[in-house]
Parts: sequence; structure tokens; C-alpha cells
Amino acid sequence: MEKIEIFTDTGVPMPMEDIDTDQIIPARFLKAIDKLGFGDNLFYDWRYDKNNEPNPDFVLNNPIYSGKILVAGKNFGSGSSREHAAWALHGYGFRVIISSFFADIFKGNALNNGLLPITVSPEYLDHLLQKITENPKTPITVNLPEQYVRIEPDGEKMSFDIDDYKKMCLLNGYDDIDYLLSLKDKITEFEKNRSYVAPPLR
Amino acid sequence: MTSISLWKRKTRSTRNIQNKTFDTIENRVSFYQSTSMKHKTLFDKIWDAHVVESVDATQDILYIDRHFIHEVTSPQAFSGLRERQVPLFRKDQTVATADHNVPTINQHQRITEPLSRIQVETLTKNCAEFDVNLYGLGHPNQGIVHIIGPELGITQPGMTIVCGDSHTSTHGAFGTIAFGIGTSQVEQVFATQTLLVSKPKRMRINISGELNPGVYSKDLILYLLSKLTAGGGTGYFIEYAGSAIEKLSMEARMTICNMSIEMGARGGLIAPDEKTFDYIKGRDFAPKGEDWDKALAYWKTLKSDQEAEFDKEYHFDAAEIEPMITYGTNPGMGIKISERVPTRIDSAKPESFQNSLDYMGLEPGQELLGMPVQNVFIGSCTNSRIEDLRIVANFSKGKKVNPNVRAMIVPGSQRVRKQATEEGLDRILIEAGYEFREAGCSACLGMNEDKIPAGEYCVSTSNRNFEGRQGPGARTILASPLTAAAVAIHGKIVDARELV
Repeated sequence: MEKIEIFTDTGVPMPMEDIDTDQIIPARFLKAIDKLGFGDNLFYDWRYDKNNEPNPDFVLNNPIYSGKILVAGKNFGSGSSREHAAWALHGYGFRVIISSFFADIFKGNALNNGLLPITVSPEYLDHLLQKITENPKTPITVNLPEQYVRIEPDGEKMSFDIDDYKKMCLLNGYDDIDYLLSLKDKITEFEKNRSYVAPPLR
Repeated sequence: MTSISLWKRKTRSTRNIQNKTFDTIENRVSFYQSTSMKHKTLFDKIWDAHVVESVDATQDILYIDRHFIHEVTSPQAFSGLRERQVPLFRKDQTVATADHNVPTINQHQRITEPLSRIQVETLTKNCAEFDVNLYGLGHPNQGIVHIIGPELGITQPGMTIVCGDSHTSTHGAFGTIAFGIGTSQVEQVFATQTLLVSKPKRMRINISGELNPGVYSKDLILYLLSKLTAGGGTGYFIEYAGSAIEKLSMEARMTICNMSIEMGARGGLIAPDEKTFDYIKGRDFAPKGEDWDKALAYWKTLKSDQEAEFDKEYHFDAAEIEPMITYGTNPGMGIKISERVPTRIDSAKPESFQNSLDYMGLEPGQELLGMPVQNVFIGSCTNSRIEDLRIVANFSKGKKVNPNVRAMIVPGSQRVRKQATEEGLDRILIEAGYEFREAGCSACLGMNEDKIPAGEYCVSTSNRNFEGRQGPGARTILASPLTAAAVAIHGKIVDARELV
């Protein structure tokens, strides 16, 4: 997994609320058997019209906006558990999503793929969206070690929460699976000591 | 660096984490001892019985009893195992089926769409290589993963169940902790039969009374969604309780738990009772003989203690609920069928609300009754069980689907299809003008050929009315099987209660 530490970049505003994973990556693009190439189809039905031509009104097709930080309306990533949504966002080049509220499964998927979901207050989200809209080149700093976001050069440091373990994973590029594999003896021990176990499936 | 040496290096550093957060775990243990140890919710009882180890103040290593997999979210997880050179840890707790991507006609033939075919074939190859029990295309047990689990008796009270699919919450109807996971987590369960997860908060939704005639559990869950909104359950695990829930069949309970995720909840469960035990008894993988007695004794302990505390609790009266339909682009945007589209809602900004109505081609304040509909889809893990098919067949008997409507009915599994055929439902439905298909997820998400044309309306018994969910530009209106059946016959939105 790719590491995240500190960086400053511009943001892409998507104030729409309830952006579900079917919008992030429509189901018809989930047929791959590897993790590559999903970025090309990110937000496909918003990004392209029915003739597969870029939709000039969609923010990703507006060259004024760029950067690794997606700033989105509340309840981002709701719906399907498809991790392809995280692969698509990461594959496109996003590293951070800022919103006032994330759907649960999406948040976990993002963290497992080197994509940092940052939850801020609705007021700060509005402020950030406004700043980006006023000046698309507004630099935004994301500091994971110290857990804050700042609009440069003089914005206040807006702190955010992240679980200690997940923070360590992102800072170092570690996956949960490495940790879980190290616990195999404990897992086997747990299995032996259970009070009720359902009969096996075969 | 090889993956093994990388793994060892990482293992050392993760151990440090444990030490660092040790105090917090202590605090956590003492917290549990002082409060919820005595009076536990059903959710806590099951969760706590599956904790291998607590990692920090919020996260646990949770043991998983049953792991369902399908063709769409598993290939990358199998690849991960190969790359790490790690075996599948507990193959006898893993079951596979092909559902999301499969055609619903001519399933005996080779899949024509090349990408779908490759994905389904990859599942077959992976299951052979890792020795996973697969109910693939053509197998009499094949079907939508959340239909076949309960149907085969694989889903049993007190279990933890996961699947790379958000509607895994369906299995909660049996008193299980069941939730959807991403593909990285599918790989974690393959490799260790555990997950590192944060413990959600507890919510209880009590529904007293009894549903009115013509009102179904689908209406109930759409009603709850309209009250709590599409994000209202985020961070919670829901227990549904109360006399209205107790009166529901297992099929109807599954419909409710299925859509817990639409509120953003990790999952939803219902305490098992005699109906649950009767449903399971005798099924293929149900405990038998002495095992049954042992299981039953355990299952009967699975209920929330009377004094157990919930982080959030709601109370509703079933008598308030009428047939529901959605008008917007998330399942929380629902109204009683007789109501008008709202002019605003508290849970969305005006622009988001307006975007949603624009997509649906609707106006604020518009009445939906009488609006022409071009498609009806009866299917999905929400409403494709035998009970749903009976409701539709019963309503459609001797009637004809409106000539302006394409009506499709997709049984949830081969077994449901077989039973429907044995009961003669297929004949009734085909005579009425339905396309009676083979099992799969179908037009719920339009991964296969079953798509709704752009701009057209579809009254659907599925679970999501997201933009483009049933095909690019498709406009989905969620409803119960009875409402969908009435719309199919009349070609417009109608209140089925006035027609029965």
C-alpha cells in the first residue's frame, strides 16, 4: 500500500451529497479480475455523455480544477461495498477525500488502499468548497502525522480524527492482513476454546 | 524484498502498536465489566463471543463463522493469496456462488459477454484451486448469495457472516452479525478467518402493532428509511424489535435486514425465535440430531437482556405505515404512495435535492399516483423469495401485464424457481405476460444484459434507486412486490390496496 504523510496540493470540489459507489464506479465496470484501470472509468456516467464524449460541465473535465484532494458533499461512498470505488479514486490520482460524513464500508476500503478519508465539520466543508470555487488554485495542506488540514497560506489548522492503528498503517504503507497473519496461533487457539461451534459445511 | 520478509518486518512494528494501546484496552475491559457485562444487547452477545483479541479502544479482531463469496469481489482477493503465498485458512467455512454477473436466460449455454464470462470462469478456477465449495451456474443450489445462504441452512443464529457485498446484512434476520466487506477484507478472511474491525454502536428500532393489509415489510423498511434517511444508521448496528417484527415471516424479516445498509448501518439483526428455528430445521446444512439440540439450546439464549442499553433507540407504530414508493435517487427518499413529492427535505441541501428530482424527471409537489411506468422488475436479494413470487402471482392471476410495460421476474435462486414452478406460479406469471427468468442479481444492478433503458421508469422490488443503478439513465422507483405487481398490470403507479 502506498504511504501518505504530508503534502500540499489543490482540491477538486464535488459538493453533491450522497455520492454513492455506483456513481464512483458504475457496476458495468466491475468485470475486471485485477485492480488496474478503474481510474479511467471513475464517475463515468457523470464524466461522459451517452456518446462517451467528455461532459464539459463535470468538474473532472474542467482543467481549472486539479489535485489529489477530492472535496465532496456528505455521506460520500454510500451503497455498494465495492472496493473498486477506492481503486478507481486512487487509480485516477486522488489520495485524500474530504467530506463531512463518510459511509462506513467505503471508509474502510479507502483506508485499506492508501486513500485517506478526512471527516470535517459541515461548516468547514462549506468553507473549503467555497475557497476552492473562488480560487481553484487554493493550496491545501494535509498533514497526517499531526492530523490536520489547512488552507494555505494562512488558514487555521483544522484537526481530524483517525484511529491510531489505521494512521500507523497509512504512514508506513502496511496492510491489515500482515497483522492478522501474525495472529494465526491466537486464532487457532480461539477456535479450540469456543463454547459453541456450528457443524462444518462438509 | 520477498513478501514473507516484508511480512515479518511489518509484524514487528504492528506488535508495537499493541503495546502502545495496552492501557486503552485495559480501560475498555473495565468499561465493559462495569456496564454492559451484566446486561448485554443481542449484538454484544454475538460480537463478544467472536472477539479473538482487542487491538485498541475501538477495534477488535473478529472471528468469522461463514464467508460467502461471488465472482465480482473475490478475484483480486484470490490473487492476493497467491502473491503472498498464503493458503485459504478455513475453506470449510467458505461458500461460493455466481450471481452478480450471470445471464438470466439460457444459463445452460456459454456466457456470451466476454468480460462476464471471464469473471465467472475465474471464480470457477479459483474455487477449484483453493478447494472452495462452489454453487456455480447450472448447479441446483445456485442463486443470489443472500438467498441461498438461508435457503441451504448455512445461515444460523449467533454466527458472524461476511461477504464482499453490502447486502450481507440480509442474514441478520436469523440473529447473526452479518455485514458487507471490501475485497481487501475478503482476502483477510481467506487468509485468517478474521477481520480487524471497529465495533459499531448499538441502535434499536422498535415497531409495535401490526402491518395493515396490503402493507409489507418492504414498505416498513422504506418507511424507516424515509424517517431515518440514507445516512441515519451510519456507525450503528441495528436491532429490529417489537410486536410488528415478531409477527413477520422469515422472508419478510430478511427484506428488512437486507436494507439496513441503505441507512448506512453496518448491519441489522432480529432476535431468533420459533419461526427462525422452524425455518432452519431440516435444511441441508442445519444441525441434525444431537447437534440440533445443542444448537437450539444456544440459539435460545440469543436475545437482548431486558435492561440492556442501546446508544440510540426509536419507536414506531406499524399502523402508521402505508405502501411506500421512492421518488429520488437514494432509498431514503421515499413517500407514502398517496403523498406528493416533497418540495424540500431536511436531510439534503436544495441543490442535491433538485439534482435528484431532475434525474428522476419529477417536479416538487408532483403526485406520483397515475404516472406512467415502462418497466417492472421483481427480483434481487431484497424481494425474490418464494413469498414474494406468490404475492405477485396471486395478484396477477387472470390479468394481463399492460402492453406498455416490460415486466421481468427473476427468482432469487434455482430452488426458488423450482418451487415456483412446482406451485404453478410460473404459468400464472408467463400467462400474465411476465418474463420468468433464471436466478441472479439481474436488473438490480444491471451488470448483465438486464438493463432498464435510459430515461424510462422502472418500479423495482430491489434495494437501490441510485442514478444509473439499473442501467445508464434508468429511473428507479423502489416498491413492494404487491405495488410492483399492480403497476405491471396497470402501466402506471397505483395503490394496490384499492384494486385487490
